[in-house]
Amino acid sequence: MDFLRPASWEEALAAKAEHPTAVPIAGGTDVMVEINFDHRRPEYLLDLNRVELLGEWEVGEEDVRLGASVPYTRIMEHLRAELPGLALASHTVASPQIRNRGGVGGNLGTASPAGDAHPALLAAGAEVEVESVRGTRFIPIDAFFTGVKRNALQPDELIKTIHVKKADGPQQYSKVGTRNAMVIAVCAFGIALHPETRTVRTGIGSAAPTPVRAREAEEFLNAALEEGGFWDSGRIITPSIAKQFADLASAACNPIDDVRGTARYRRHAVGIMARRTLGWTWEQYRGGARTLEGAA
Amino acid sequence: MRVNFTVNGRPQQADDVWEGESLLYVLRERLGLPGSKNACEQGECGSCTVRLDGVPVCSCLVAAGQVEGREVVTVEGLAEYARQRAEGGSCASGACGTTLDEAKGWSARGAGPQTGEGAPSPRAALSPVQQAFIDAGAVQCGFCTPGLLVAADEMLERNPSPTDEDIREALSGNLCRCTGYEKILDAVRLAAARQERQGEAV
Amino acid sequence: MTTAQNTRATAPAGTPTKVTQGSQGTKGGIGESTLRPDGILKVTGEFAYSSDMWHEDMLWGQILRSPVAHAEIVSIDTSEALAQAGVYAVLTHDDLPTEVRNYGLEIQDTPVLAHRVVRHHGEPVAVVAADHPETARRAAAKIRVEYRELPVVTDEASALAPDAPVLHPGRDDRPQGPPAGSGPGETPIAGHVPHPNVVHRQPILRGDVGAARARADVIVEGEYTFGMQDQAFLGPESGLAVPAEDGGVDLYVATQWLHSDLRQIAPVLGLPEEKVRMTLSGVGGAFGGREDLSMQIHACLLALRTGKPVKIVYNRFESFFGHVHRHPAKLYYEHGATRDGKLTHMKCRIVLDGGAYASASPSVVGNAASLSAGPYVVDAVDIEAVGLYTNNPPCGAMRGFGAVQACFAYEAQMDKLAAKLDMDPVEFRRLNAMEQGTIMPTGQRVDSPAPVAELLRRVKARPLPPERQWESTEGADVRALPGGLSNTTHGEGVVRGVGYAVGIKNVGFSEGFDDYSTARVRMEVVNGEAVATVHTAMAEVGQGGVTVHAQIARTELGVTQVTIHPADTRVGSAGSTSASRQTYVTGGAVKNSCELVREKVLELGRRRFGTHHPAWAHAELLLEGGKVVTDGGEVLADLVDVLEDETVEVEAEWRHRPTEPFDPRTGQGNGHVQYSFAAHRAVVEVDTELGLVKVVELACAQDVGKALNPLSVIGQIQGGTTQGLGMAVMEEIVVDPRTAKVKNPSFTDYLIPTILDTPTIPVDVLELADEHAPYGLRGVGEAPTLSSTPAVLAAIRNATGLALNRTPVRPEHLTGTA
Repeated sequence: MDFLRPASWEEALAAKAEHPTAVPIAGGTDVMVEINFDHRRPEYLLDLNRVELLGEWEVGEEDVRLGASVPYTRIMEHLRAELPGLALASHTVASPQIRNRGGVGGNLGTASPAGDAHPALLAAGAEVEVESVRGTRFIPIDAFFTGVKRNALQPDELIKTIHVKKADGPQQYSKVGTRNAMVIAVCAFGIALHPETRTVRTGIGSAAPTPVRAREAEEFLNAALEEGGFWDSGRIITPSIAKQFADLASAACNPIDDVRGTARYRRHAVGIMARRTLGWTWEQYRGGARTLEGAA
Repeated sequence: MRVNFTVNGRPQQADDVWEGESLLYVLRERLGLPGSKNACEQGECGSCTVRLDGVPVCSCLVAAGQVEGREVVTVEGLAEYARQRAEGGSCASGACGTTLDEAKGWSARGAGPQTGEGAPSPRAALSPVQQAFIDAGAVQCGFCTPGLLVAADEMLERNPSPTDEDIREALSGNLCRCTGYEKILDAVRLAAARQERQGEAV
Repeated sequence: MTTAQNTRATAPAGTPTKVTQGSQGTKGGIGESTLRPDGILKVTGEFAYSSDMWHEDMLWGQILRSPVAHAEIVSIDTSEALAQAGVYAVLTHDDLPTEVRNYGLEIQDTPVLAHRVVRHHGEPVAVVAADHPETARRAAAKIRVEYRELPVVTDEASALAPDAPVLHPGRDDRPQGPPAGSGPGETPIAGHVPHPNVVHRQPILRGDVGAARARADVIVEGEYTFGMQDQAFLGPESGLAVPAEDGGVDLYVATQWLHSDLRQIAPVLGLPEEKVRMTLSGVGGAFGGREDLSMQIHACLLALRTGKPVKIVYNRFESFFGHVHRHPAKLYYEHGATRDGKLTHMKCRIVLDGGAYASASPSVVGNAASLSAGPYVVDAVDIEAVGLYTNNPPCGAMRGFGAVQACFAYEAQMDKLAAKLDMDPVEFRRLNAMEQGTIMPTGQRVDSPAPVAELLRRVKARPLPPERQWESTEGADVRALPGGLSNTTHGEGVVRGVGYAVGIKNVGFSEGFDDYSTARVRMEVVNGEAVATVHTAMAEVGQGGVTVHAQIARTELGVTQVTIHPADTRVGSAGSTSASRQTYVTGGAVKNSCELVREKVLELGRRRFGTHHPAWAHAELLLEGGKVVTDGGEVLADLVDVLEDETVEVEAEWRHRPTEPFDPRTGQGNGHVQYSFAAHRAVVEVDTELGLVKVVELACAQDVGKALNPLSVIGQIQGGTTQGLGMAVMEEIVVDPRTAKVKNPSFTDYLIPTILDTPTIPVDVLELADEHAPYGLRGVGEAPTLSSTPAVLAAIRNATGLALNRTPVRPEHLTGTA
């Protein structure tokens, strides 16, 4: 095993081009577990801790440009207004120690269906900026996850920046685990209201081979809200609309039975979370979106 | 590979490090600092918590090569770290300005077989949180204790008057199997109260 | 700049140290909450746990484990592994030095390294020693083992099926004395069991169940399932074996019982016991999981083979395969009661899955059977408990064993009966609660206080915690709600429930076992002060025995300064740190040896000063505050002057009252020496839509006889309570029923409670002395683990109205989506 320590982004890209099998390591929260338990012996470890730009973020007009290694703790502390869904999701990640090291880039790199950030990114809308010595690509988050623990990266590419749409409305995030802290998702649900476009987007975690959006649920809800004039009136969403939304969210799942939970439970729980988070965000919207911050 | 970094204010060098080694392994097996504990090696228990450039992290999930040039504080350095913080204000960098001589004097303890009678060396009396853990009965087998102390000390640095729920959240990454946590809560409350009293007295 | 590696001495770093504790300004005797003597070392990181051992030039041991649960080993090829640079030894079964190749706590059925067959997932097959853990891992991976898989036995049906593979053919064990069926025509081989895949069976028959049943106005039945719990101690199995010049070995290890280890290790190594010198290193928790051997023999074998010190440290993944777990169980119960709420009879059948090897299964079966009626008066019983051999992970000792599984079931039955009789569940229990004088199903009379009704009264009388504590002016605090930080509810679907449970646990080793401990106590003058040294082989695993020993010595010898000598095999056996027995038995041994030392000191005093004062001959004399005093308080002499330069030392064994084996057919016998009791009230909030549980409060009342150290007692109760909480809502080793392979051997998927899952645990301590026990004390550690789980389950049933016949209860069980 070789340990590569690039001092800059350019050096990191060059190293990845030279050693496409190199495993990037930043927070170490996935890679080191695999090494400690002898599940993985990469030929090269590519340490990204020295690449400063990966730890930086910038709040722009339209979006937040989030460095791949910005720790979850920073997102919780500094980006609650701009990225409330992701801040809430960050708060559910593992433990304080892990949140101090891990970041969204690593979550995307591992591309686990249970990754906590994914549903929030799907709901908010995001693009993943990846780069190699060959150039830069912007991969829409909807096209990023290609299979169980697989993503759209080429072997020589590294994740540089996640461009997440700034919240233009309330966002929420819920995750079920069988413990009240430090738990991997049995399933998770993210929702973002986008009043500017009068749309709602969603994300489901750990209930399908990849993180997915509940597209039919979104389409149904977008239509129902539009037809009922809810965006203008700010009326309470009727229980039947909420139920239909929840049922469609459940239907968007394609879960498995595993040691963390049954498929039936996952489908059921996603529906409950969909209904509840819709209720919370809509209440916030009706309340004039006094604050877009989540409870994180 | 060779790794150079600072531990508890003292420059350290580790040689022949296998690239897959964790910071935890280097501390425990190469630098003679086994205070940080190896309970799960998967970031699920917090027993190996150290401060890396001031930030609490699981040292089992930090690759040894990633700490090159950085500052680490372990439970062995916690008392001194807290002392310097109390004297000189915050010390978030982790460097704490320990002189090399001081560091050498400090690190003489714990190397080689212990002969101690349980008494701390006079240079490093216990930090408030360490003392509180003893007084409150928060230590049983003690395997979780080093990680809890580092995490609790850092929380009290950020949040000197925590609510119970704040304490629970800050320590939710540290598993304890013996105590049922109640005495740990007591200890952190006690340390907070004592620090507050100390602060008022100044 | 230095490399610390070079500054290490050649003696193993982390060699346990003497811990001396003075107590300035306080007498520090029994009854006080003196602080732990090892506390400072533990908070500074200097306390040397078994995984902290380090020796110049040491090697690392690595174990190769079976990837399958049941298979024939066709071949093992170690040549490639041995050829690796940095590898010093690779050992398999064929390399064992003597014909003693098995070990075991109660039955010697466990191969040191698998021989021809593996019987469970993770069974050790080969061991490697190398100069770095990674070298050892890579070498282990290069050992070629060819397995031919065999059908797996995973439950009672498959274990007893006509074509079931017999997992231990040719058994000749008799764990319970003479076999039951030693009459003509009955098999003499383990004759007390109906099938060779049954490790042990214990029936208990008492009273006329048929007649009693006929008197019952209501009858309730239940079938309960108890999952496989893990001790999940945090300090991994580990230790260091150092070869000695005399051909022996020095072993530094974390264990619960040094002499039991020694008895099993030495014959395998082919060494006399005196050449295997064991020293207890720091123990990072135990809870029963260190009663069996783990890496001890492997490290010694490698050290003796290579002539170098060998360290072995399991990682967490390996730890799940490296120790036994709590027996999962199926429990079938029937209870009857009269209309006015009196129990008529109880019938039960408890099937405990012991897994591939016996470990403590016979004792677990004995406990389950003898305590299956709970702390209730029930005169007619028909009880059967069996322990199985299967290809599941071996199960053995864990805090409260046997009694824990039974308590979960009989407490569920009590609630069912109360509901059927339309009675308050606590009142129903109190109506049937045992008391001093009650006759147990085994025929044993309870001969010390049994305040079952009072414990229940106390937890019930406690004010309930306020409702909706999660509400604040800024909205819901998710940290106080089901789901916690995961933000699943802001109050939606949340329903509160309250539940009660009470349990009974035996203290000490039972069924005729010669349960003793040994203490060596020395008194001498050091630096002008009379001081004491206490040397026992008691394993301090965190429980605070070392604190209590110093307190006892102060009380008995009137000294301030007490040194606790490291525990090792240079002193007689202390028995196991388990069965809630150490304060009773080794505490009793320390007290006894102190008393013998005191007699010798007084004898010295009489010789020196007897003529000075008549009280030396006639009065009751005590040692207090460094002086010899009369019971009237008159000071006769300073201990310094009595002792001068003499050292008074006594090593003596001490045992509790003998017990008897249970009759193999009727289960009758005075099998236990003491019982302990705890009651819990659980208050939970359940998110009924998502099936998530937040335990809001878990109040406990327990009788401890006498709290030698109140702070430690409360710590034990809170810790035991929390392990019971974990068993109620999250903890379970999941074994695939098709393959008998463990599916969640990690802290990612075997979850134990965090501080956010653990509620306030108010504790009400009763001290009703047991006149048979030292200071009247009652073993504390296990009872709270029993009643905690069923109390939480009862509270969840109360909140949801669901039957919930298994534990742990998972979200899918609460939402109908299992």
